[in-house]
Amino acid sequence: MCLGIPGQIVAITDPTRMMAMADVSGVKREVSYAPVLTGDPDDLIGQYALIHVGFAMAIIDEDEAAKTLEALRGLGEAQETLEAMAEGAKALEETK
Amino acid sequence: MRYVEEFRDPTAAKSLLAEIEKVTNQIGATKDKPVHIMEICGGHTHAIFRYGLDRLTPEGIEFIHGPGCPVCVLPMSRVDECVQIAEKPNVIFTTFGDAMRVPGTKKSLLQAKADGADIRMVYSPLDALELARRNPDKEVVFFGLGFETTTPSTALSIQQAARDGLTNFSVFCNHITVPEPIKALLDDPYMMLDGFVGPGHVSMVIGVHPYDFIARDYNKPIVVAGFEPLDLLQSVLMVLIQIRDGRAEVENQYARIVPEHGNPISIAAMEDVYERRPSFEWRGLGEIDASGLKIRDRYKAFDAEEKFGIGYAAGPRVVQEPEGCECGAVMTGRMKPTACPQFGKGCTPEMPLGALMVSSEGACAAYWQYGGRRAAEPAE
Ligand code: SF4
Repeated sequence: MCLGIPGQIVAITDPTRMMAMADVSGVKREVSYAPVLTGDPDDLIGQYALIHVGFAMAIIDEDEAAKTLEALRGLGEAQETLEAMAEGAKALEETK
Repeated sequence: MRYVEEFRDPTAAKSLLAEIEKVTNQIGATKDKPVHIMEICGGHTHAIFRYGLDRLTPEGIEFIHGPGCPVCVLPMSRVDECVQIAEKPNVIFTTFGDAMRVPGTKKSLLQAKADGADIRMVYSPLDALELARRNPDKEVVFFGLGFETTTPSTALSIQQAARDGLTNFSVFCNHITVPEPIKALLDDPYMMLDGFVGPGHVSMVIGVHPYDFIARDYNKPIVVAGFEPLDLLQSVLMVLIQIRDGRAEVENQYARIVPEHGNPISIAAMEDVYERRPSFEWRGLGEIDASGLKIRDRYKAFDAEEKFGIGYAAGPRVVQEPEGCECGAVMTGRMKPTACPQFGKGCTPEMPLGALMVSSEGACAAYWQYGGRRAAEPAE
């Protein structure tokens, strides 16, 4: 749970809450860009970030994103993270 | 060197391994008189086993697996308190999946869920926030767990909840910090560590300077490392070179991700939301001064300890570890997992007795998953 996963910011979804849509290995997930905001949020679109528990923690370049993803796949962590994202989406819909 | 072929760049790995062997020999470290290098982070422990780095490196290097897996060091009493909160009526208890199977004294969260409590696995505290928005008649509690990599996300979520004026969201805060247990280990009279590989993603948030004391006050080298196998090999080499040259410095192998001063926005959010507890209990290590975080008074409306009257250190906290569990000895490097009498018998990843078997980042689970299998293979 301590390793981030790279994703590409594809759209700003809620500027007041600093939320963006990210593409993480083909999976779309809303994330917070608060930690990496230094100027205009629109400048983040197209950039890669290391995403940790739903927060973009560092901007990385495309090459680093690819390498990191490969390392995470090797460790089985990429799959685990994507499953956790699916669990999270499911948790929102669950009713007791 | 069969496993080297799995590396992204086998040639680079081979030349790093050759360098490592050379410097280990220059130091004069041998199987009987090894250098002890602690990797602090559970992610590193996992990578070391996954890629067999402990077998690829010379016998003169001994890896000691540090306390850097937040799930592993979570005290049983805190798991009990999670269950206690989760079983209250009208509560939706949210947690990272990793924490579901950690044994409490009575049950794990997984068992509590099976018994009917509304416990949901989430990916992010943001999911818990969203649940609170969608379920205004329920109290949504997020189980805040993890080191400095994870801590800002909870802080930023609490700040967001305050801005949104949410009244049904709170955090059961169990966030812990990395430098303090390292200091505790260094103060241990049985300590035999010669150097450290530091957690890169923690430093991505806090920078490299919180480790200055390791070099300055204890004269030990530390290299902040990425978690790719090549990153790890290079970091181990950097530690060895420092030892050989008689230097003790904080070096940054992972500069492409880790800024010297960390992430200022995350640091500011943590400052705003948390204060240090006088001490916090670590499973297997005991109470460590100033190693745990508490939500500040100004955000106490979002503090589950306040909401549910569960203050830390309110009651007696000494909880007996399960019979025969040697997690403490393993975590301090005094015992190898395989030497624990419960290893693979009373304690397996399916039915963990001790915390180190629960998460893939725990030393025992890593030994079980990789060490056990490889040990059973014929020698190359
Ligand atoms: S085998 Fe189980 S009980 Fe023994 S040290 Fe490891 S996790 Fe603890």
